[in-house]
Amino acid sequence: MSMTSSLLYLDGVSVSFDGFKALNNLSMVLEQGEMRAIIGPNGAGKTTMMDCITGKTRPDEGTILFDGSVDLTELDEAAIANRGIGRKFQKPTVFEKHTVRTNIALALKESRSPFHLLLARLDREQNARIDEVLDTIRLGHLQKETAANLSHGQKQWLEIGMLLAQDPRLLLVDEPVAGMTDSETAETAKLLVDIAKSHTVIVVEHDMAFVRDLDVKVTVLHEGSVLAEGALDHVSADKRVIDVYLGR
Amino acid sequence: MTTISPTLLTRFAVGAIAILLVGSLVVIYLNLGLPADHAWHVPTYVMSLMGKYLAFALLALSIDLVWGFGGILTLGHGAFFALGGYAMGMYLMRQIGDRGVYANPLLPDFMVFLNWDSLPWYWLGFDSFWFAAAMVILVPGLLAFVFGWLAFRSRVTGVYLSIITQAMTFALMLAFFRNEMGFGGNNGLTDFKDILGFNIQSAETRAALFFATALAVSLGLLLCIWMVRSRFGQALVAVRDAEARARFIGYRVEHYKLIVWTVSAAMAGVAGALYVPQVGIINPSEFAPGNSIEAVIWVAVGGRGTLVGSIVGAVLVNFGKTYFTGAFPELWLFVLGALFVVVTIFLPRGIMGPFFGMIDRRRQRRLAAEQSESAARASARREAGIEPDDAATAGQGAAQ
Repeated sequence: MSMTSSLLYLDGVSVSFDGFKALNNLSMVLEQGEMRAIIGPNGAGKTTMMDCITGKTRPDEGTILFDGSVDLTELDEAAIANRGIGRKFQKPTVFEKHTVRTNIALALKESRSPFHLLLARLDREQNARIDEVLDTIRLGHLQKETAANLSHGQKQWLEIGMLLAQDPRLLLVDEPVAGMTDSETAETAKLLVDIAKSHTVIVVEHDMAFVRDLDVKVTVLHEGSVLAEGALDHVSADKRVIDVYLGR
Repeated sequence: MTTISPTLLTRFAVGAIAILLVGSLVVIYLNLGLPADHAWHVPTYVMSLMGKYLAFALLALSIDLVWGFGGILTLGHGAFFALGGYAMGMYLMRQIGDRGVYANPLLPDFMVFLNWDSLPWYWLGFDSFWFAAAMVILVPGLLAFVFGWLAFRSRVTGVYLSIITQAMTFALMLAFFRNEMGFGGNNGLTDFKDILGFNIQSAETRAALFFATALAVSLGLLLCIWMVRSRFGQALVAVRDAEARARFIGYRVEHYKLIVWTVSAAMAGVAGALYVPQVGIINPSEFAPGNSIEAVIWVAVGGRGTLVGSIVGAVLVNFGKTYFTGAFPELWLFVLGALFVVVTIFLPRGIMGPFFGMIDRRRQRRLAAEQSESAARASARREAGIEPDDAATAGQGAAQ
């Protein structure tokens, strides 16, 4: 694994909260265009890892490099987002008071300068892009609806749509199918696999059936570091993985 | 908190501006155009009282901009209002010249009384109206910018921010009470004579000030509408409702808050500057924490996040205050308290809430009808065997 071709490079990252080691010397490399699933029991450090990559939490030690050269530990959330890292929360968070369409428009890849936005209007190209995203997430018929009125699954999709509009180079997706019905889960897996064709994606998920549907390389986290890595069949055969996670 | 479409906000604002401008001209005609013994004559003091209400309305509007759309509950906007008022008061003091009690051509009376022999540096320039007018905007704006920059950058939010805004206005009140500050101490600034060379007591000048206030409220409303309707405004509401989400999309939350906070403070400053010549005095009690809280109550009563509601709330509550403090002075605080409780329980969206709600429900019904229509079309297509998959999904979605 050469450092130059990797999009995300974590080396020896440690974070502790009041003595509790949430991440313990975590190292991981993600290739350009790769899709990776991350699994692990509660408290394994999955969300903390995402927090470190997106600038919400500053690691005590370690290096996080994006695109080979950008040191993410030096930047804040907005700067990291503008470098091309998008994040989807575990609990769907959309802008509830805005319409579905405005939600997508707010996420559209563009300058985030307040002065620019005071004067700017959406042009034809941007509107076409919004239509395209609405089509992909199948919420076109609800575009004038206030986001607060959407169902749980629809909100999850809207948030994925916002990520698409943001067009990041790396997508971090935290438990995208939590609380979804089986058919919604299958649809979401299809949607993510689709997205992964043109983006680099990290998915954190508990739902094993869903991870199987994704059919990608899996990293198992345990107590803040990597326990095993490889194809799902490979890691699920691993004795240690069975002990800490799958066996329960 | 209401969700009102920008179009609806604008429609109400346009109506409000029309009422403000036409209404103020009518009042001015009834004051200047009719003889004093005419049944419809409006006395000058009543006109100035209305001007005071409108100055409060502009203050309320500035609070609604930051609280209703930026989610920043300010309990210290009275400070910006008072600073704008002091800047105007300083100009008016300099206009007195040698007509003061001590007839000093340069120093205001209170400085002569304190045995000061020269004008402090920060009073220089206030003999010019335009300099003072610039200070009316710049001083509150600059204070808000520095305060906001520190607070928002450190991610101070919610009740903590509200508390430090209270501390800010309280600290300023204590400072302005001190004679050594050079702002007239306890007594403040008063005994004004002229503004721009016109006698400040004359009915004509009062009419001009009243109209200027109505105009300022209208322009303030236009400014708010413009900001709220822009994509900046959409992002601001996004920051209000889901700050973390907005950050992870790449919005620099602190910049958005800082801009709206500073603009709002400058608006409050203008309101204070229009208030002072119409009431004839500015003193440190304008900084009292209670004043800022009362102003927030006007907004809550009128309807937070409705813009027009804040104007309605400020005018109605202050009209009530004038009436009750005259007729039943000991009852006013009870009435204010009861009003706040009643509005919170029965009109959580304020006085304007039900109006917006009515129109909004009509819009929702129309939207639902549109959706079920498109669902019906989709199921018709499905029965006809065209693009079965997509049409089915769309139909299910719309039916929910």
